[in-house]
Amino acid sequence: MKPLVEYALRLGDDGLVLGQQLSEWCGHSPMLEIDLALANIGLDLIGQSSHFLKLAGDTEGEGRDADVLAFHRDVLDFRNALLVEQPNGDFAQTIARQFLFSNWQELLMRELMRSHDATLSAIAGKAVKEVVYHARFANEWMVRLGDGTEESRNRIIAGLEWMWRFVDELFAVDATVEELIVRGVAVDPRLLRAEWDARIAQALAEATLEAPKPRRAASGGRSGHHSEHLGHLLTEMQFLPRAYPGVAW
Amino acid sequence: MYTTELSDKNKKPSAAAMANEDPVRLAAFEARVAADNFIEPKDWMPEAYRKTLIRQISQHAHSEIVGMLPEGNWITRAPSLRRKAVLLAKVQDEGGHGLYLYAAAETLGTSRDEMIEALHSGRAKYSTIFNYPTLTWADIGAIGWLVDGAAIMNQVPLQRTSYGPYARAMVRICKEESFHQRQGYEITMTLAAGSPEQKRMAQDALDRWWWPSLMMFGPPDDNSPNSAQSIRWRIKRETNDQLRQRFVDVTVPQAEAIGLRVPDPALKWNEARESYDFGEIDWEEFYAVVRGEGPVAKERMNARVKAWADGAWVREAALAHAAKRNGRLAAE
Repeated sequence: MKPLVEYALRLGDDGLVLGQQLSEWCGHSPMLEIDLALANIGLDLIGQSSHFLKLAGDTEGEGRDADVLAFHRDVLDFRNALLVEQPNGDFAQTIARQFLFSNWQELLMRELMRSHDATLSAIAGKAVKEVVYHARFANEWMVRLGDGTEESRNRIIAGLEWMWRFVDELFAVDATVEELIVRGVAVDPRLLRAEWDARIAQALAEATLEAPKPRRAASGGRSGHHSEHLGHLLTEMQFLPRAYPGVAW
Repeated sequence: MYTTELSDKNKKPSAAAMANEDPVRLAAFEARVAADNFIEPKDWMPEAYRKTLIRQISQHAHSEIVGMLPEGNWITRAPSLRRKAVLLAKVQDEGGHGLYLYAAAETLGTSRDEMIEALHSGRAKYSTIFNYPTLTWADIGAIGWLVDGAAIMNQVPLQRTSYGPYARAMVRICKEESFHQRQGYEITMTLAAGSPEQKRMAQDALDRWWWPSLMMFGPPDDNSPNSAQSIRWRIKRETNDQLRQRFVDVTVPQAEAIGLRVPDPALKWNEARESYDFGEIDWEEFYAVVRGEGPVAKERMNARVKAWADGAWVREAALAHAAKRNGRLAAE
């Protein structure tokens, strides 16, 4: 597979899987304002994903469009990070996941605007404006939950404890990304880590929380080795195009 | 989405309550309303007007919120990225409508928490239409096309309703609803032009949603307890039957244009009236659904109550944090 196809799939699948999960909250969240915010974030992510998947399909040149890529690949071919496929859990789990992801994605998109690939740069330019808001939303809720009640504090600590093991994967580089970094197409995520650490530390301090202790990182998403959750998510998401192949919707 | 005003038949504003109002102020109020002036939150208004509006606007808000559930049921299964994004945006719009409407009702002296409590305890009503299940993707088309289409018929006149905050909320809501109606029709049109399985889904959805959509306009005029007073106060501007007829006249040709059959053997164009005659609505079913006996009424309310109960700790945390923050600011 061409490196750019692989890279665009990773970016697209992150947005698709997380957008799908956030959309599950719609109508079921703790308050109306949160319903609207999570739907909005999900919508942005699905929009970004559509662009990245289209780029993947166009670059691949085998006639697969964004919908074919979204609805007709199985677990082994999905390239999202493990973090985004972690289940919604309670609201604290959802916020912990969003907090870690959006702060990373904001830095990533900001740098990706400078990509030598014009399409990646254009998608990132649009996405970064959206993601700034996602990170702000997540950071504000981290603070409310961390510095709220004892219950909210315990829940957000548990959420962070779980999600923390999936962070390192976001900053990992393999041969595919390495090649694209050299060509000025991909962002080197290792260069984002210090700034991400500082942002996270600042928000946690405001939330009166401590960062979880370092732990053995979980990874595998970028090469198609996922958690058990992803298969169920795909089963639901892909049901109609799988049950009635070859028709227009 | 919209609910026509639903209420228990005997809860008409009593003559006694009206007799307690100051006759001079009442006359001035009625004159302003008759002259099509807007009534604003700080203006004097008869208690019965206030109560009717709180009931109607809160029912409308509840309908938006409960209405997120049947469509939300298909967001995770929407069949393309475009459909998923559009549906998510649409359901988010409905939540936004709920928010403006709760805010409009709050200007009348009730709180969102009180209104939500009334919904959860079963004292407040919401549109009967949301107590029907969404079985296939075609139901998402039918809801946009028929349910939002019926909502538009109801809501366009409400842009000129006499209470200012309600009328202004309705202007924005109407713009969004007309987009919702078009997206629903487009889904249905795509299915009706698709494979035999898709066409079957589209026809089946029309078969199931047609009559409940006609019921959305509320009881017939001769059995609509609050209509006359509401029209006099310009809370409502047209009767249930007038609006229902207009909906039928607009919608039947839309069904025919895409090769679907409206499930009413009595449906017939009436040259003399230049309108469709249509069959008798099953009012027994309507009143049963109003009473809470709709097919998925329990599931809908359980879902709302569960979301509210599960989210209590989040709302408490937000309040606790705001209090701590304010305390710290005050101490500085």
